[in-house]
Amino acid sequence: MNKNIERLTNGIIKENPTFVLMLGMCPTLAVTTSAMNGLGMGLSTTVVLLVSNMVISMLRKIIPDRVRVPAFIVVVASIVTMVQFLLQGFVPALYASLGIYIPLIVVNCIILGRAESYASKNPVVPSIFDGIGMGLGFTLGLTLIGIVREILGAGQIFGKQILPLADEAAGKAGYTPITIFVLAPGAFFVLAVLVAVMNVVRAKAEAKGKPLPAAQGCLAGDCSSCEMSACTGKSTVSATEVKKVDENKASEKKAVEKKTKEKQVDEKQVEEPKATSDDNKE
Amino acid sequence: MKELLLIMVASAIVNNVVLSQFLGLCPFLGVSKKVETAAGMGGAVIFVLTVSSFATSVIYNVILLPLGLEYLQTIVFILVIAALVQFVEMFLKKSMPALYNALGVYLPLITTNCAVLGIAIKNVTNNYGVLESIISGMGTAFGFTLAIVIMAGIREKIEYNDVPGPFKGSAIVLVTAGLMAIAFFGFSGII
Repeated sequence: MNKNIERLTNGIIKENPTFVLMLGMCPTLAVTTSAMNGLGMGLSTTVVLLVSNMVISMLRKIIPDRVRVPAFIVVVASIVTMVQFLLQGFVPALYASLGIYIPLIVVNCIILGRAESYASKNPVVPSIFDGIGMGLGFTLGLTLIGIVREILGAGQIFGKQILPLADEAAGKAGYTPITIFVLAPGAFFVLAVLVAVMNVVRAKAEAKGKPLPAAQGCLAGDCSSCEMSACTGKSTVSATEVKKVDENKASEKKAVEKKTKEKQVDEKQVEEPKATSDDNKE
Repeated sequence: MKELLLIMVASAIVNNVVLSQFLGLCPFLGVSKKVETAAGMGGAVIFVLTVSSFATSVIYNVILLPLGLEYLQTIVFILVIAALVQFVEMFLKKSMPALYNALGVYLPLITTNCAVLGIAIKNVTNNYGVLESIISGMGTAFGFTLAIVIMAGIREKIEYNDVPGPFKGSAIVLVTAGLMAIAFFGFSGII
């Protein structure tokens, strides 16, 4: 039982996907225009995470290692489709405001990341709690960012007016909303400040000798954790290759040649393209 | 014709995929350190998005729609896209080595890109036919290339600036992206 509670707090606080691991930034930026949208997106992701962790953990001994990523993706995509129809049927307003970001839960790094790093190696019950913990952590992150943006951009929280608005015609003093914060640019600014604050927190934690878990997402300058979300395991290799290109041109050729060799070897071994990619990752 | 042009401009500039829809943020932040690399990534995205828009829209309109299987779209699209990028990579390597050398390293980075799945789904929600889907995919990719090349140009300059400590790294890139997003907001009037 203790282990389950530990999984919960691990997801919500210690390895919070939004604040600490910095995963799933795509929906974080896109849907946090209001606290309600953030909460809705977070809870939908939680449900998907819970069910996908459960199913993947149940199937972990049946799915062959070589095709595990495509198999995970099919499982996750099916669950996302179900959640999408449930939302469409029961909360049509939320469904309309989240739009295409609901099907895009499939490519959210958090979900495949948990499937790969936890659910595929652990029994069902801890996996379920891991899913709930991570999901609630994500929900917390999205809701908090949504609250900040909603207050700054409209003076509201969950649609309730918190800061009385200024009314110049009536000569009433009050808050003038900074509308940009509920629009696209505001998302970038809020996230930039969040990243800067986390940099300070990280530095302080390190000085104390208790370093936080490293950020994994695209914001850490490494796409490899997100790349897993689209079944090309081998992209981890090419992410490094891209860095090499940045360094100098000569090594680019080498990388391509090396990759070509690797691929030729792989093609001989495996016909199936997706299996090829998995193979390469190892 | 006019309608197609409108789709092109709307998807490339007005609804810029990165700056107003937040799709494809990962390569936008990760591969935008140098203009040259950014342009290479842009080229690869144009190629893949055009091909994948075509493939997903054909599959949707020819197979899923007549059979009443629209609910399978997410599952089918993601598998098709993943397989397609692998296939494109192999095909380029065998038959167009020059193009492969230019784009090769970037291709696998793209599958993951939520932009590819996002555009496929958007084409379906907007009821685009095959031709319109190709145009919208291409336009989106041009918009991505525009944004990532501009970003790379700015980042090359930022290297020489004295950025406050906590903002070093991805934070200052996000601030820059926010300012670019404000600039792109100016285009919303042209349609």
